[in-house]
Amino acid sequence: MLWKLLVRYLQPQRRLLIAVVVFQLAQSVASLYLPTLNADIIDLGVARGDTGYILRVGSLMLLITLLQIACAVTAVYFGAKAAMGMGRDLRGAIFTRVGGFSEQEVTRFGPASLITRSTNDVQQVQQLVLMSATLMVAAPMLSIGGVVMAVRQDAQLSWLIAVSVPVLLIGVGLIVSRMVPLFRLMQLRIDAVNRVLREQLAGIRVVRAFVREDLETERFAGANADVTDTALRAGRLMALAFPVVMLVLNVSSVAVIWFGSFRIEDGSMQVGTLVAFLSYLLQILMSVMMATFMAVMIPRAAVSADRIGEVLETESSVRPPANPVVFAEEAGTETGTGTARGELEMRDVGFAYPGAERPVLSGVSFTAAAGRTTAVIGSTGSGKTTLVNLMPRLFDATSGSVRMGGVDVRELHPDRLWGHIGLVPQRPYLFSGTVRSNLLYGKPDATEEELWRALATAQAEDFVRQMEGGLDAPVSQGGTNVSGGQRQRLAIARALVKRPELYIFDDSFSSLDTATDARLRQALRRDTAGATLVIIAQRVSSIVDADQILVLDGGRIVGCGTHRELLETSETYREIVSSQLAAEEAA
Amino acid sequence: MSTSSRPRGTGAAPGTRQADVVRIPRPAGGPGRGGPFAGMNVPAEKALNFGPSALRLLGELRPERAWLVLVLALAVVSVAFSVTGPRLLGEGTNLIFAGAVSKNLPAGASQEQVIAGLRASGQDAQADMLGAMTLTPGAGIDFAALANVLLWALALYVLASAFGWIQAYVLNGVVQRTVYRLRERIEAKIHRLPLRYFDSIQRGELLSRVTNDVDNISQSLQQSISQAVTSLLTVLGVLVMMFLLSPVLALIALVTVPLTLVTTALIAKRSQKLFVAQWKHTGELNGQIEETYTGHALVKVFGRQREVEERFREKNAELFEASFGAQFISGLIMPALTFIGNLVYVGIAVVGGLQVASGAMQLGDVQAFIQYSRQFTQPLAQLGSMANLLQSGVASAERVFSLLDEDEQSVEDAGPAPVGGRGRLVFENVSFSYSPDKPLITDLSLVAEPGQTVAIVGPTGAGKTTLVNLMMRFYELDAGRITLDGVDVTSVPRRELRSRMGMVLQDTWLFGGTIRDNIAYGRPSASEAEILEAAQATYVDRFVSALPEGYDTVLEDEGSNVSAGEKQLLTIARAFLARPSVLILDEATSSVDTRTELLVQKAMSALRSDRTSFVIAHRLSTIRDADLILVMEAGQIVEQGTHASLLAAGGAYALLYEAQFAAPAAEV
Ligand SMILES: Nc1ncnc2c1ncn2[C@@H]1O[C@H](COP(=O)(O)OP(=O)(O)OP(=O)(O)O)[C@@H](O)[C@H]1O
Ligand SMILES: Nc1ncnc2c1ncn2[C@@H]1O[C@H](COP(=O)(O)OP(=O)(O)OP(=O)(O)O)[C@@H](O)[C@H]1O
Ligand SMILES: [Mg+2]
Ligand SMILES: [Mg+2]
Repeated sequence: MLWKLLVRYLQPQRRLLIAVVVFQLAQSVASLYLPTLNADIIDLGVARGDTGYILRVGSLMLLITLLQIACAVTAVYFGAKAAMGMGRDLRGAIFTRVGGFSEQEVTRFGPASLITRSTNDVQQVQQLVLMSATLMVAAPMLSIGGVVMAVRQDAQLSWLIAVSVPVLLIGVGLIVSRMVPLFRLMQLRIDAVNRVLREQLAGIRVVRAFVREDLETERFAGANADVTDTALRAGRLMALAFPVVMLVLNVSSVAVIWFGSFRIEDGSMQVGTLVAFLSYLLQILMSVMMATFMAVMIPRAAVSADRIGEVLETESSVRPPANPVVFAEEAGTETGTGTARGELEMRDVGFAYPGAERPVLSGVSFTAAAGRTTAVIGSTGSGKTTLVNLMPRLFDATSGSVRMGGVDVRELHPDRLWGHIGLVPQRPYLFSGTVRSNLLYGKPDATEEELWRALATAQAEDFVRQMEGGLDAPVSQGGTNVSGGQRQRLAIARALVKRPELYIFDDSFSSLDTATDARLRQALRRDTAGATLVIIAQRVSSIVDADQILVLDGGRIVGCGTHRELLETSETYREIVSSQLAAEEAA
Repeated sequence: MSTSSRPRGTGAAPGTRQADVVRIPRPAGGPGRGGPFAGMNVPAEKALNFGPSALRLLGELRPERAWLVLVLALAVVSVAFSVTGPRLLGEGTNLIFAGAVSKNLPAGASQEQVIAGLRASGQDAQADMLGAMTLTPGAGIDFAALANVLLWALALYVLASAFGWIQAYVLNGVVQRTVYRLRERIEAKIHRLPLRYFDSIQRGELLSRVTNDVDNISQSLQQSISQAVTSLLTVLGVLVMMFLLSPVLALIALVTVPLTLVTTALIAKRSQKLFVAQWKHTGELNGQIEETYTGHALVKVFGRQREVEERFREKNAELFEASFGAQFISGLIMPALTFIGNLVYVGIAVVGGLQVASGAMQLGDVQAFIQYSRQFTQPLAQLGSMANLLQSGVASAERVFSLLDEDEQSVEDAGPAPVGGRGRLVFENVSFSYSPDKPLITDLSLVAEPGQTVAIVGPTGAGKTTLVNLMMRFYELDAGRITLDGVDVTSVPRRELRSRMGMVLQDTWLFGGTIRDNIAYGRPSASEAEILEAAQATYVDRFVSALPEGYDTVLEDEGSNVSAGEKQLLTIARAFLARPSVLILDEATSSVDTRTELLVQKAMSALRSDRTSFVIAHRLSTIRDADLILVMEAGQIVEQGTHASLLAAGGAYALLYEAQFAAPAAEV
């Protein structure tokens, strides 16, 4: 995976990488040449007291150093650019990919893990590329150069190289391969740290209300200890890598001297050759050591690459169609199909959450006529939210079909589909920013008047006017700095600004007092004339005058009609109504 | 290798020659961010407060003092060995050389005779060289001596590796434990921050400090400490040796030090800002990512994917600029220092050559000195390159420290807790506002007698939840006081106060764990039977028993796999289990269907019967039998009384009530 990922995401950087290779080659050649000059300065200059020579060769040496530095700097420039550019592209790719996921994939990975993958994991891969750009070229260059030179010096001692290099490789390989599972665990545990902490931040009030700080601290300490434990174990292996390399390296030198001495004794080798051989051997091993620096980074990067690849290779379960159907009005031609875009129809829809035994919805069929209000009522957990989530394809129905304007939603282009839907989710999540930035969410080019009109309809005008800064009043993440009812109304206004054909209000009036609720519904009817409304509510008062009320129970529609009709025909509906009047009657 | 004929010069060479070649750049961790080169836009970032922050980071290592001393000791030994090792190898080479030379000399002749012979034939240089050796003309290499030397070298190397390993092992522990403590302290800090703080942050930004920044700190500490110690010791050791050999040349070599410092400082000054920017942007990007993933469905349905991606691309590009710039500029340190090293090398060679010419120094000494100067500049350069690694780490540390330095909520005076009270809660002239220039609650007073159920009603935004926030001391009062059983709540430790209160919040919150654990959150010591009882009373059991895993069902991310109403029931069960002396229900059943609500009401009234309770609800049916109903409007209590008395009064409450019940009643 690492390799695949690198090949793919380094592709755009290949020019930079070629430049890195060229300049690294140049700078390695220079650094191979410099020792010779150093030696010359000593042997031919210092030894003879020839200051002129020292200055001459010294200047040459400085000149070459300058060249080498120029090359090194350029290589670093291109290397850093390539590595960081790849990191940027990877982050972008993950972000885009996750954007295409349906709720199902987001839940499967978990937001906490997706976050780690988008930053921390990318960082690991990026770091490896950065290191490689600096070492990958020089290391093989130096070691190949070393082997050639060493063999030329004395082919018969070369068996030492043939032994020590594989020993090194095997040693490093053993250590590194042991690190892989540890790092896999490590990234998982970073996920866990992220998750626990993210939860704490979200539930900080509950934690404090129940005085469970200690419990939370303990939970975090568990996650923290887990990461630390894995990091410790991985670190210990890493701690082993360099001493092992150094040992092999040094033992090899000793061996060269020892075995070389016999060859010198029998006259088949010069002392000078021995010393030179030793230098080249060291050069080889040193470059192997440089490679080790990189090698110890590979396991973590590889694990991270796997995790990134997993995200990038996951197809959204809600796929856009190959040949999306286009509504006639949009296409501006006669080829399009469908007329009343707002009309919503479900045909024998069934749905089961992945992994669940029983379906949440089964045999659901109804039509929400364009321009009409369809209400959904039903007990807790009866599948109301699930039902409306099928409309914007947050999930796809497992059987049957959901149709909008006569077209199966799976055949519409998602962007088009979403363009027609205004959703107010049950949990009215606001984004950090300002009131304005939240309202503009559905329609970035909305005018000031449009915003105020939506706010007025949502009964949010008064309090927004009172907020410091009005439309530009800051909103914190999740909308924690406004009251529950205010949050709900802002979420409603956000959907209204969009002016879609289909509105979905998922229990969106639950935090409103009845008076506000009544005013809101009145204004809503005025302001959304022509659009289809789907309203989920618990209060009968919120839905009495809907054109059609669906009574949902255990994932099935057990009643359908107007308030009056249902009072006649539906037992369940009567129960619901009487539960709300029970108190009244008792009074 | 032209020096091969001079064992003295090359004896120490194997390790040092290569110094020019082997430069091991250390990774300076992290995704990057932009720089002042090649037309990159320079962001005006807050400069790193390097010195103090670095010291503080070091201070974090204090609990590991003993281990650090061990690391230091091991490093000293390691350095000593790594300096001695090449010496022994050099000695081995000398023995071989001596053997090789001796072999070619006529056997039987003494060393003096040979040297005299050489001088006679005018080969003075050769004579000098031989004079420095121990020769036994005619004999070959002294293998016994060689084996002896090499065995010593072998032992030394084995020990050096062993020590190196122990050092790295110990250091790894030191760093990981330090990092553990950092994370621990951040988490503890979260519990001491006032709630206000959380209204102003992006979660993902804070998360980034714990994961990305702490990770970066760990990597830079790990890599820089051992290097710093080894390099510093090597520099010092070599410096001493150089002064012993030749004070004049040592002074020249010493020039490297200020040059290195100045160069490093110059470059570091530029890269510091970039490192700060790099980690700041990483945090912000993480914040953006977290928020987008959290609101994933909304982003999609509102068709904002493209805009969100656009914003992401901008931030991502900023991060790229900063990290690229930081890496590049800090990557300049190494080459620059290499150049300085070579410059000084030439300087020493020139002066050394003059010294030899004038007879002031022996050739061998100059050679040795030059080898030392290599050993001297290389670790110096390494110290320099570590500077950038450290900068990155310190930039991250600063972000962690700034979080740790945030103002905390007022400290607790561990005064005596009002134990055994029955829960009489009194607000006395309480004033409060979220922002100082927008008064919300002014001069509010109320009394809740023990065992009473107090209902708070009023339009949204009236300040009902705020009132609860104040009881729980989530926020501090601006004026007035709140007493519980006669004791000012500010004189009671918060935990003490809160442990007497139980609440169901308007915003439900469950954590990722089993349903059982989530209910037990109310009272971790509760038995299985008690949990089950709470679950049955609050109708949680009804839907849980339908789940294949029952109470062992794991709730995903904040309970995204149960319905909103089910979530509320779970939080009610949690409060039910807690059995507090003051119970607060803030729209506890707003998402629960009314039939279930009616059933849950029964359980709730049983729970309420013997404790003071506050109930906030928009569905007035749920509060009509309250002992006291407070009607709030715009932060004020505008009416209070019982259901009957308020209806009779025909005020705000009567209006609310009408609005709610008129419609369905008329229809039936
Ligand atoms: N954390 C906060 N920071 C700043 N202002 C806040 C914060 N929380 C609430 N407010 C403001 O204080 C006022 C009272 O809010 P509060 O949450 O107490 O209302 P509420 O009566 O509970 O309303 P609801 O019925 O909608 O829950 C509102 O105008 C709200 O915008
Ligand atoms: N992501 C999920 N994975 C598995 N089961 C789920 C998931 N989301 C919901 N469920 C289950 O499906 C059923 C229907 O949930 P849904 O959210 O549609 O109910 P609802 O009618 O909206 O209820 P409420 O009135 O409480 O909002 C519930 O029993 C719930 O536990
Ligand atoms: Mg729902
Ligand atoms: Mg509230």
